[in-house]
Amino acid sequence: MAAPDPTMPIVRLTHWGRWVGAAVIVGILVALGFAFADAQILWEDIPDFFAFEVMIDGLWRTLGLAVAAQAGAIVIGIVIALMGRSANPVARWFAWGYIWIFRGLPVLLQILIWYNLALVFPVISIPFVVDAPTNTVINAFAAALLGLGLNESAYMAEIIRAGLNSVDRGQIEAAQSIGMTPGKTLIRVTLPQAMRVIIPPTGNDFINMLKGTSIASVIPYVELTKAASNIASRNLEFMETLLAAAAWYMILVSIASVGQYYLERSFDAADRAHRLRNKVGRSLKLGRA
Amino acid sequence: MTQPLVRAVGVVKKFGHTTVLHDVSMDVQPGQVVCLLGPSGAGKSTFLRCINHLEPLDGGQIWVDGEPIGYRVRNGKLYELRERDVAKQRRGIGMVFQRFNLFPHRTALQNVVEGPVQVRRRDQAEARKKAMALLDRVGLADKADAYPGQLSGGQQQRVAIARALAMEPKLMLFDEPTSALDPELVGEVLDVMVGLAKDGMTMIVVTHEIGFARQVADHVVFMVDGAVVETGPPSQVLDNPEHQRTQQFLAKVL
Repeated sequence: MAAPDPTMPIVRLTHWGRWVGAAVIVGILVALGFAFADAQILWEDIPDFFAFEVMIDGLWRTLGLAVAAQAGAIVIGIVIALMGRSANPVARWFAWGYIWIFRGLPVLLQILIWYNLALVFPVISIPFVVDAPTNTVINAFAAALLGLGLNESAYMAEIIRAGLNSVDRGQIEAAQSIGMTPGKTLIRVTLPQAMRVIIPPTGNDFINMLKGTSIASVIPYVELTKAASNIASRNLEFMETLLAAAAWYMILVSIASVGQYYLERSFDAADRAHRLRNKVGRSLKLGRA
Repeated sequence: MTQPLVRAVGVVKKFGHTTVLHDVSMDVQPGQVVCLLGPSGAGKSTFLRCINHLEPLDGGQIWVDGEPIGYRVRNGKLYELRERDVAKQRRGIGMVFQRFNLFPHRTALQNVVEGPVQVRRRDQAEARKKAMALLDRVGLADKADAYPGQLSGGQQQRVAIARALAMEPKLMLFDEPTSALDPELVGEVLDVMVGLAKDGMTMIVVTHEIGFARQVADHVVFMVDGAVVETGPPSQVLDNPEHQRTQQFLAKVL
């Protein structure tokens, strides 16, 4: 009969499953590595395509289109979200219909509709704003911007609405109780607190937008993907140019992710207080590095 | 007798089909402390929120300092005000909430400075100096740079009182200011309120703290089911209640 004995050695549990799982994953990765090493890819050509002037031009167009579309979507999204919360039933109804249409239609279809608008409206005439043939107003960039931006604005409206709803009703009452007007309450109290809820999905959407601009290649807007395929159609090194474009997308997305991280941090009040404490702690114990 | 600071006449408030205030009337003189007592659901908080128009009325009128709240008098008629103009009327009426409602993204000092700078357009440096003096008055000068999340409930509520006082109100409304606090933190908030009352602030306080009402109130209003049942000095209402409902309520809470 065994009895308590302090000298008895302890044998730790062996996690066989973990070892097997890790071995399988490493095995697959090694096999993939060999496959790519053996593939008929001219790796040494990729850096050239990466830095091609056509590629860099496409990169700037991708970035410009994504930033413009996202910025416009945020502005329109705020307006639609506020209309959705309005006391005016017509405004609420309009916001609902706007989201219903622009979120409901595929982005590609929306871009094609904007690009072909001249077929039904040969001239765009808005008094004191524009009066010109549609073809000159809505070029490939404008069509892509409208298609991507308006679709995204419907999503932004929903994100912003959720953000505003997440702010405690008591916050608005507190702002009212010190005599703040509705506009001031929105800017000083509601929106800053809603930001914590709004920023993560917005960052997510922007990353989607960076990649989504590649849809504009069909009309054709020469952004990164279209630039890569243009290069490839001349030199026929399809995979090499596509991989060079892929590297650029990964760089853009990585930068956007880092930016999102810092933006989130700067709007997190609790985290801000936490950092304040850490700063005090550091200066007390370690001084400035 | 002086002109009452607050005159409520025949106030009616409905939520949907439920009437929560039936014909409530009361006068509050300048410098008076009035405590609203009564069982929950009696409409005390709703009435308080009607005074600064957080709840619009369905009947009756509330006048503060000679102005009808939420309206403007012209040619013998009451014209409903825009929200922006109601905001101007609210500047003179401070409010303290049960759940503090401090702005969590701003420090204690920033919370107090917010009203004077953003609403009254006061000079930033001047406002900060006054805000520090107010934080000192509520005993929290050393917590000026703390965020609400770093403060205890009692400390948060004292900052909230300072935030309301920063607008230099002529009237302070307290909506169950100690109900969300741990028992040992109630005293520090009541102490600040006693000090305010001594300094002559006009206060309307919804509370369950019978001891506070007895000590500080000039006038106690007992409400049940959206109506005023009994009113008078605390010695009368609290010690010799006439109405049966008042007697029942006091028997339970005392």
